[in-house]
Amino acid sequence: MPDVSDFILKLQRRRIEGSHATARQTAELLRSVVSQTRMPYTNQAAALLDAVRAVGEQLIAANPVELAVGNIVRRVLHIIREEDLSSSAVSFEGLMISEKSDDEDDADHKGGPVLSAAAVAAAARSTLRPRSLQTLLEDGPLPAAPSKSSSAGDSEGKSKSDKSAVGKRLKHSVIEAINLLIEEIDDCYEDISEQAVEHIHQNEVILTLGRSKTVKEFLYAAKQKNRSFRVFVAEGAPRYQGHVLAKELIQKGLETTVITDSAIFAMISRVNMVIVGAHAIMANGGVIAPVGMNMLALAAQRHAVPFVVVAGSHKLCPLYPHNPEVLLNELKSPSDLIDFGEFSDCMDFGAHGGAPLMHVVNPTFDYVPPNLVSLFITDTGGHNAAHMYKLIADYYSADYLVIKRKSTSSN
Amino acid sequence: MDLRRPNRPVIGPKVRQVGFVTPDSAAATSSSSIPAVSAAAATSAGSPPSSLSPVMIPPPRHPSTEMSNPHFHPVGSYNPSEQILGSPPALSPSRSSRFDADGSDFGGDDDESVALSGVGGGMTPKSSLLMRQPVTKTAPLVSETHKRDSNVSKGKGDGPSAAPKEKLTKAERRATQEAQRAAKAAAKEAAAAGGAPSVSKQPKPATKPATQQKKDVPSGSGPLQPLAPSGSIEKKQGKKEVAAPHPRMQFDDMTKVGKLKKRAVVNQSEARNRVELFRHLPQYEHGTQLPDLELKFFQLDLIHPSVYQVGLQFLSDKISGGNARCIAMLLAFKEVIQDYTTPPEKTLTRDLGAKVGSCVSFLIECRPLSVSMGNAIRFLKNRISSLPHNLSDKEAKSRLQSDIDRFINEKIIIASKAIVEHGVSKIRDGDVLLTYGSPSVVESIFAYAHGIKKNFRVVVVDSRPKHEGQGLLRRLVERGIHCTYTHLNAVSYVMHEVTRVFLGASSVLSNGTVYSRVGTACVAMVAHAFRVPVLVCCEAYKFHERVQLDSICSNELGDPDAISKVSGRKNLNYLDGWAQNENIQLLNLKYDATPSDYVSVLVTEQGMLPPTSVPVIIREYGIERLWT
Repeated sequence: MPDVSDFILKLQRRRIEGSHATARQTAELLRSVVSQTRMPYTNQAAALLDAVRAVGEQLIAANPVELAVGNIVRRVLHIIREEDLSSSAVSFEGLMISEKSDDEDDADHKGGPVLSAAAVAAAARSTLRPRSLQTLLEDGPLPAAPSKSSSAGDSEGKSKSDKSAVGKRLKHSVIEAINLLIEEIDDCYEDISEQAVEHIHQNEVILTLGRSKTVKEFLYAAKQKNRSFRVFVAEGAPRYQGHVLAKELIQKGLETTVITDSAIFAMISRVNMVIVGAHAIMANGGVIAPVGMNMLALAAQRHAVPFVVVAGSHKLCPLYPHNPEVLLNELKSPSDLIDFGEFSDCMDFGAHGGAPLMHVVNPTFDYVPPNLVSLFITDTGGHNAAHMYKLIADYYSADYLVIKRKSTSSN
Repeated sequence: MDLRRPNRPVIGPKVRQVGFVTPDSAAATSSSSIPAVSAAAATSAGSPPSSLSPVMIPPPRHPSTEMSNPHFHPVGSYNPSEQILGSPPALSPSRSSRFDADGSDFGGDDDESVALSGVGGGMTPKSSLLMRQPVTKTAPLVSETHKRDSNVSKGKGDGPSAAPKEKLTKAERRATQEAQRAAKAAAKEAAAAGGAPSVSKQPKPATKPATQQKKDVPSGSGPLQPLAPSGSIEKKQGKKEVAAPHPRMQFDDMTKVGKLKKRAVVNQSEARNRVELFRHLPQYEHGTQLPDLELKFFQLDLIHPSVYQVGLQFLSDKISGGNARCIAMLLAFKEVIQDYTTPPEKTLTRDLGAKVGSCVSFLIECRPLSVSMGNAIRFLKNRISSLPHNLSDKEAKSRLQSDIDRFINEKIIIASKAIVEHGVSKIRDGDVLLTYGSPSVVESIFAYAHGIKKNFRVVVVDSRPKHEGQGLLRRLVERGIHCTYTHLNAVSYVMHEVTRVFLGASSVLSNGTVYSRVGTACVAMVAHAFRVPVLVCCEAYKFHERVQLDSICSNELGDPDAISKVSGRKNLNYLDGWAQNENIQLLNLKYDATPSDYVSVLVTEQGMLPPTSVPVIIREYGIERLWT
């Protein structure tokens, strides 16, 4: 598929910047993958899953640091499974729908009044929500975590005409659900910034680092509600995205002060709240964020300033970080730090027998451990770090957390 | 005081002997290198365990040489005042450790013990070089005393392991000392001498000040110095000590600012878009002063050309860094004094003081003074005002000039050498050392450690807008030191591999706060979070009795335009024309205050101290104390 290789190339060359753009494009790509997949007569869900998995694997390999890709792949896998479950559920137990239509108003607020989507959501809730007393009471006996094979077995028991109808319906509903996902990714800014007035009061002093579109929208929303507050923007070397953010903020009439990153500790004592964006939120509540964030979080902790992370749900990553400073990081070109040619003689790997006297380290990301984060604001509301794993369980199914499993066995 | 003094020598030594002399005699036979030292300076017996830094925990080396408990206890219980003051023990252990480093084996035989104390003696060039610093630091520069000292210790070195004999000589010494001290009424002596360790050294301060007390004694820098003057000062400073440091100029006070403007030599225009939080600090449009100053070059008859030159260099950031600025200023003042003639019907002390004052205010207009400069100026004014009236112009001038030279030499140059020695002792093979910005002392520590073939790696952390670290990086790489360069934001990325953080300081305040280049606090904080020890290297003349809790009440604002432009990034022009928009302010802070709990140890020429000891140093060794 030309789209796929094109996209992989872009990822490899780091042409796509920002997890939002990446997430959106990944979802679109997977949608086309789904629509192009030939549906066999039997075991259609498995075919879709395999196709998405194969593509997803390549995408993740293309840029393993961009966790949004993996997140979206996992969510699409999750969607396919849900749709498969619900469609089989629909075809066999018409009762289930009527039973679950109670939940529809819950699902409605996501903006998708599509019946199948609602049903999906409901089914997802019932099948994937970990068993609690309430779910047990609501739904009665549930199939104990129905797996792929069992659903395939179910579908095999149907007549051929039925199957093709189900197959079309499955593909269709998966695409619908992916559309919803894309919509959700696009809408996350609105959902998050709606909550701004609850967190920003009059005369607040807010500190942020670098540039995040989510933070920008968040601040805009508070400004629109006529809250007047002051923003300190740390410039975020070596990318200096803080300058961009400052420019955007003053266009909306926000009082903005640009400070150097080194002045963070000096200024944080006069700051009421730190609001930052993230690159990814890990399952333990840790945050992968632009470089410098750990320093900022430590300073905030020292001065007991709330450290708030705003992020769309596509940044929720179901993985637990291991040595994230190294493994989930990316080293960029030294030219960001020193001018080309200035020290190049010292950095010549050929000169000193492969061990130059000088190294320049220019990492992209920082890991902020969960204990430094006061609050996460996602499109589903505010959460504390300890709750993130639960939130993540709503979006992903445990079966597909490791996408690479297949390739490791085949290789 | 006279009452107290007889007491001390009696009680003090006894405590000391109980404390460590006996274990020493036992240990003398057991361990090799330490007895040598202890024999040389009859006293250092107690100090070796606390190698180099009287305050620091003894390095692992000594425990391993099987002189464990009996030896440490005395040190711990041994009088703490000495530890804080730190001079004599700082001296001898530094020697011992250095010899260890050199790998030369010091048995307990005479020659070496002589060499140890007889500074100039027959040493290898390297070690003698090393030796000079501590000695010049503690012992007066007068060479006679050196000789005498070496002779004395030679005589003493005869019986290195004979404890009773030591005691004898000690007692003798004590007797002579007491006689001298009584004559001098030095109240502090007990503190500085601390007791035993000083035995070999005591004669120096005791005899010397006796002979040349009123003539400016100060040559013997640091620790021993206060001995002589402190007694007399004590009374004088009774009042002074109570007074809080003079409040600083607050630039949001309009009446005062008005007054200041009237007096100002330089016309400066206030910067636009000031940050509200920093109204109390002066901020002028960068570069507006220069043309004005150039115009006035021939009108400013008040300002000496050398001061003018230094002022311009400050203004244009040609000279930066606490020590460099201080030295440049002092040298300029020296020229001012050189060219000075007392006008008729005026006295030198008053008129010269006023002249220096006007030079200082000119320099302040160019760039706010650093604490180090403030201290130096205070010292100079003190010297001027304390000049005897009957001196001729020429004498007075030469005396002031030599005072300035001595200040530069002892307080800055020799002090930083002493710091280098202390600092190097904390560098082990395989260490990864991190530094931030371009502190001159830390640079010389690295250079020296590299020179003595220590195997380590340096991480240079740098920040906008000045990128001073690049200069440091260049110099270190040229020396052949392995370096890693990164920017401040990535400090938590590199901190994993770092084993020591060496920082410089612009000033250390009385509450232990380290006032330094902006960003230092961030580095110290991250290091603290990663449990990496933070060593702040700072000469004691930069200590100040002021206290500060945050970086906002007192600071210096730099040119905001430096923030909007990023060097080497032409396409980063989002903030061009920022001054037109009143919603945006750019804040270029120059300093920040590192809380004292992030600082593991302060490395000063007085030894390695916890930041809580800063007020003690200021009280005991403050500039005024030393040289009034």
